[in-house]
Amino acid sequence: MKPDAARRRPGVGSGRPTEPAWGRRLLISLALSVLIVLVVIPVASVFGYAFSKGWDHYWNTLLRDPDTRHAMWLTLVVAPTSVLLNVVFGIAAAWALTRFEFRGRTLLTTFLDLPFAVSPVVAGLMFVLLFGATGVFGPQLQSWGVTIIFSTPGLILATTFVTLPFVARELIPVMQAIGPEEELAAITLGANGWQMFRRITLPNIKWGLLYGVILCNARAMGEYGAVYVVSGHISGQTDTLPLRVEKLLQEFDTAGSFAVASVLTFLALVTLIVKSFLEARTARDLEEAPADDAGLPPDDIEAPAASSEPASTSAAAITAAGI
Amino acid sequence: MTPRKRRVLPGFGLSLSYTMLILLVLLFIPLVVLVYRATSLGPEKFLQAVWTPQARAAYGLTFGASLAAAAIDTVLGLLIAWVLVRYEFPLKRVFDALVDLPFALPTAVAGLVYSALYVESGWLGRYLVPLGFHGAHSRTAIVLVLTFIGLPFVVRAVQPVLESLDADVEEAAASLGANRWQVLSRVLFPALQPALLTGFALTFARGLGEFGSVVFVSGNMPYYTEIAPVLIVAKLEAFAYAEATAIALVLLICSFGMLAVINTLERRSRRHEA
Repeated sequence: MKPDAARRRPGVGSGRPTEPAWGRRLLISLALSVLIVLVVIPVASVFGYAFSKGWDHYWNTLLRDPDTRHAMWLTLVVAPTSVLLNVVFGIAAAWALTRFEFRGRTLLTTFLDLPFAVSPVVAGLMFVLLFGATGVFGPQLQSWGVTIIFSTPGLILATTFVTLPFVARELIPVMQAIGPEEELAAITLGANGWQMFRRITLPNIKWGLLYGVILCNARAMGEYGAVYVVSGHISGQTDTLPLRVEKLLQEFDTAGSFAVASVLTFLALVTLIVKSFLEARTARDLEEAPADDAGLPPDDIEAPAASSEPASTSAAAITAAGI
Repeated sequence: MTPRKRRVLPGFGLSLSYTMLILLVLLFIPLVVLVYRATSLGPEKFLQAVWTPQARAAYGLTFGASLAAAAIDTVLGLLIAWVLVRYEFPLKRVFDALVDLPFALPTAVAGLVYSALYVESGWLGRYLVPLGFHGAHSRTAIVLVLTFIGLPFVVRAVQPVLESLDADVEEAAASLGANRWQVLSRVLFPALQPALLTGFALTFARGLGEFGSVVFVSGNMPYYTEIAPVLIVAKLEAFAYAEATAIALVLLICSFGMLAVINTLERRSRRHEA
């Protein structure tokens, strides 16, 4: 924290005017009530409803029911595959966008955000129009015996699409803040591209990368709308965990549905814990980076100036986590 | 700029062409196909598909509910951000982390639990339904769950701005005789306005496309609680691909319009800071 952090705290050697004690207490209790009603009670009740028919039913749903077990397995295939694809894409995009100046760079940055703006349902529909039985490539693929829609490849495609910007959006501000000096030094000293990446770039971006992976994975495991459209809902074949939640609810097994939901909620809570840890980590890394790194690469590459101020970091983080 | 300039760092061609390839395959080709399929209907059929009474009701509801949720979240978000930045209280870091839960929690889970909580037999519904608050299978339910989904946007947009505000300005205003309310409305609010606007726009844009949570809580009655994404899925499940595609195009244009607004807002607030 900056030296004036202490000053921000009301009453710690500061002349900043603040609210009277009753006003502070009122605002704090209002804000906490909102969080308790909107967030804490729903999360707690997921587990409450999940165990409402007892431990046996809970564990039977999760461990014995073959369709639920298959849904778990499918989510464990689809989400990591999408995350892996997005890690490669994110590193490539961030490298191109932060280390080089080229025509259309700003436009490309805007395109990166587009998947966030597309409704997941519309995203799913686009892939149905492309690869479905009546789609553009559908009949051709069918003649080759390849099915994409209503099977695992379609689920992976749809999930990759909705999570496409996550890793790139986390890496871009990190790589901008670190600057290219160390990488330039490595190349000048005779390292090849792979050595530079492995020894310099990757260690520098590892926390930011992990942060992107965590967010991407949370979204990938929980994706519903896009996957709903391309899955076809075949129990034991194309149902991921979130789809299984809906299926069990429709089969009037509310407790079972909440049991599956509790697994996803548990994963969300783990995500939050890891995320807070990583936020503290990356904040420290960015502070340790020399202050003059941000806008001053050597003459022979132009500075990616316009967007390198730290203000874009927070906006990017919000957008990335969001839409 | 001079494209002939020698690039010292390696991997420009590889990283850029890979990025372009993925964007082409996952984004551009699907978008072009969607637009092509929708427009190949011809203007008359297209209008017939997107402007039915049922579709109009769905657009109205999608917009109205997203707008209402974004407005509520702007107020709640400002309150929560203010309390988290300015005051100390027990478990502050836990509550700070919990603000992000709507980002991490799968939307289907959010929908499932909200629908269960607010029905007449639910944990909260048993007290609220007798009071006339129907938080499940109603339009209120849609606004409620969208409020949950969008909660982090405003908080996370306002928080850093509030943290970076200098105490000096407030002190100066106070020492010149401004009362607390005047400091809030004349000094703090103008500084926070761009962030509030950005947060509002992000929440609204998120609400427009949301499906997973709403489909569980709303009851999905045509004309009454059916939002546009649910209508698209209903058309798809009835194998009315052309109509679904046409409505999807309308929704897509609205979302891209919102993205353009958000980008403009962010650029403007950045210029303010500079």
